[in-house]
Amino acid sequence: MPPGILTLAAEEAPALSAANTGFMLICSALVMLMTPGLAFFYGGMVRVKSTLNMLMMSFVSLGIVTVLWVLYGFSVAFGTDIGSVVGWSSDYVGLSGIGRDQLWDGYTIPVFVFAVFQLMFAVITPALISGALADRVKFGSWALFIALWATVVYFPVAHWVWGSGGWLFEMGVIDFAGGTAVHINAGAAALGVILVIGKRVGFRKDPMRPHSLPLVMLGAALLWFGWFGFNAGSWLGNDDGVGAVMFVNTQVATAAAMLAWLAYEKIRHGACTTLGAASGAVAGLVAITPSGGSCSPLGAIAIGAVAGLLCAMAVGLKYKFGYDDSLDVVGVHLVGGVVGSVLVGFFATGGVQSDAKGLFYGGGADQLVKQVVGVAAVLAYSLVVSAVLALIIHKTIGMRVSEDDEISGIDQVEHAETAYDFSGAGGGTAPRKAVPATAGTPAAAQQKKVDA
Amino acid sequence: MKLITAIVKPHRLDEIKEALQAFGVQGLTVTEASGYGRQRGHTEVYRGAEYTVDLVPKIRIEVLVEDDDAEQLIDVVVNAARTGKIGDGKVWSVPVETAVRVRTGERGPDAL
Repeated sequence: MPPGILTLAAEEAPALSAANTGFMLICSALVMLMTPGLAFFYGGMVRVKSTLNMLMMSFVSLGIVTVLWVLYGFSVAFGTDIGSVVGWSSDYVGLSGIGRDQLWDGYTIPVFVFAVFQLMFAVITPALISGALADRVKFGSWALFIALWATVVYFPVAHWVWGSGGWLFEMGVIDFAGGTAVHINAGAAALGVILVIGKRVGFRKDPMRPHSLPLVMLGAALLWFGWFGFNAGSWLGNDDGVGAVMFVNTQVATAAAMLAWLAYEKIRHGACTTLGAASGAVAGLVAITPSGGSCSPLGAIAIGAVAGLLCAMAVGLKYKFGYDDSLDVVGVHLVGGVVGSVLVGFFATGGVQSDAKGLFYGGGADQLVKQVVGVAAVLAYSLVVSAVLALIIHKTIGMRVSEDDEISGIDQVEHAETAYDFSGAGGGTAPRKAVPATAGTPAAAQQKKVDA
Repeated sequence: MKLITAIVKPHRLDEIKEALQAFGVQGLTVTEASGYGRQRGHTEVYRGAEYTVDLVPKIRIEVLVEDDDAEQLIDVVVNAARTGKIGDGKVWSVPVETAVRVRTGERGPDAL
């Protein structure tokens, strides 16, 4: 174990570090960018007629979850533990009792900084679910779902995994930056909801090709960029280099996963596709999220490669089993999250994030068992509760738009807008201006010459 | 008069234009088109799911000519459009009753 990492807090009471605080504010902003990045990633993958809805399903999470987080989310996730299941601190309600120079539990950054950093995680997690629901969900119902889901699934699960006293945290499950709390949680929720609401009209019959792969690439690139904040920031500072290790691991695992996905595609389908490169990168980012704080860069390459390969294979499962996971949230986030979380049990080197060693580093199966318990618990809880929430909304106000509206396009019905104007030179229905006299213009002069 | 219509591969447009100019054709109309012939489009793969894309991008070239020139012009277009690969397209002609130059009101062959 490198000296000083785990003993620092015990030796002296930490003081506010301007460097760490600045670093964490930048990381928080990077994580914020992931949500619009995700919106583009998903938005490019749907058909033209539902582009805006896909963008909005992610974007609205920035509104809803931010407000809930300040009102009570931060308190439920990171307040004083109640029975290892949820937290609650009245000081955190409305962030009203927190001093601006009050430091987060044993760290060198203010509570406010920790709260906004964690807020960005809370924002992107429900947004991740939306990819499975493309083209067919009422926007109001989706907004209600986000509010309920964040309240009864995300906030408590964040407490289990990261909150002091949370049962998975106390058990020693390693989730550096959100493999279980974010990706397995969102992936399982996506599966739960789509089992309730059903398939898109025309699933497996109509071609549903991505309408803009450049948009997908743009989104994947923004995700990759933002993920450095997501992962490197999760050590809440960088006095001891763990954040930098995480930065390196994030980069190499993502690269390896992209290459693995492309290689699989080339062998299986004969071409390295753009969508494959973007998807492979995201699979690698997902998989390194829980594990990157405890593995070496070579371990990260292995984790990325395994995730890229398994996720590429997993996206075909929806055709095999017949569930319509429209944009492969289950195939990429659930499978990628499970792969990354379980592989911690193999690749943890000990001494980076924690002392726990994995199977490949002489630690035995102990950590692996803990990881599997963490994965199974979050997966099962999120799957069941999300399905129940979706069912309640589906049976009351309805979760889906009508079949007619789905076919004609959800953008117009739900948002009274369309993403693109295809009516020629931007013309359409706007009143025409009078055509100016052409005499004296170069074109008119040339025309005269021709006539003569 | 005859209307010659050619549905051909987009990348052959320049060759066809040059050949028509060399032949002495004064004007032509080009439209983007899509469709398929016997080969029925192509296949695209997205995350392992294969989609058959029936409608392949093509261009449609239309030229009005005098009856005597029609056969020869068809040959010119066919030769310029041919790549020898599948999907090269089709060329046909139909009789035209009348043609009018809008600016002057000239009719028939004078309008060409």
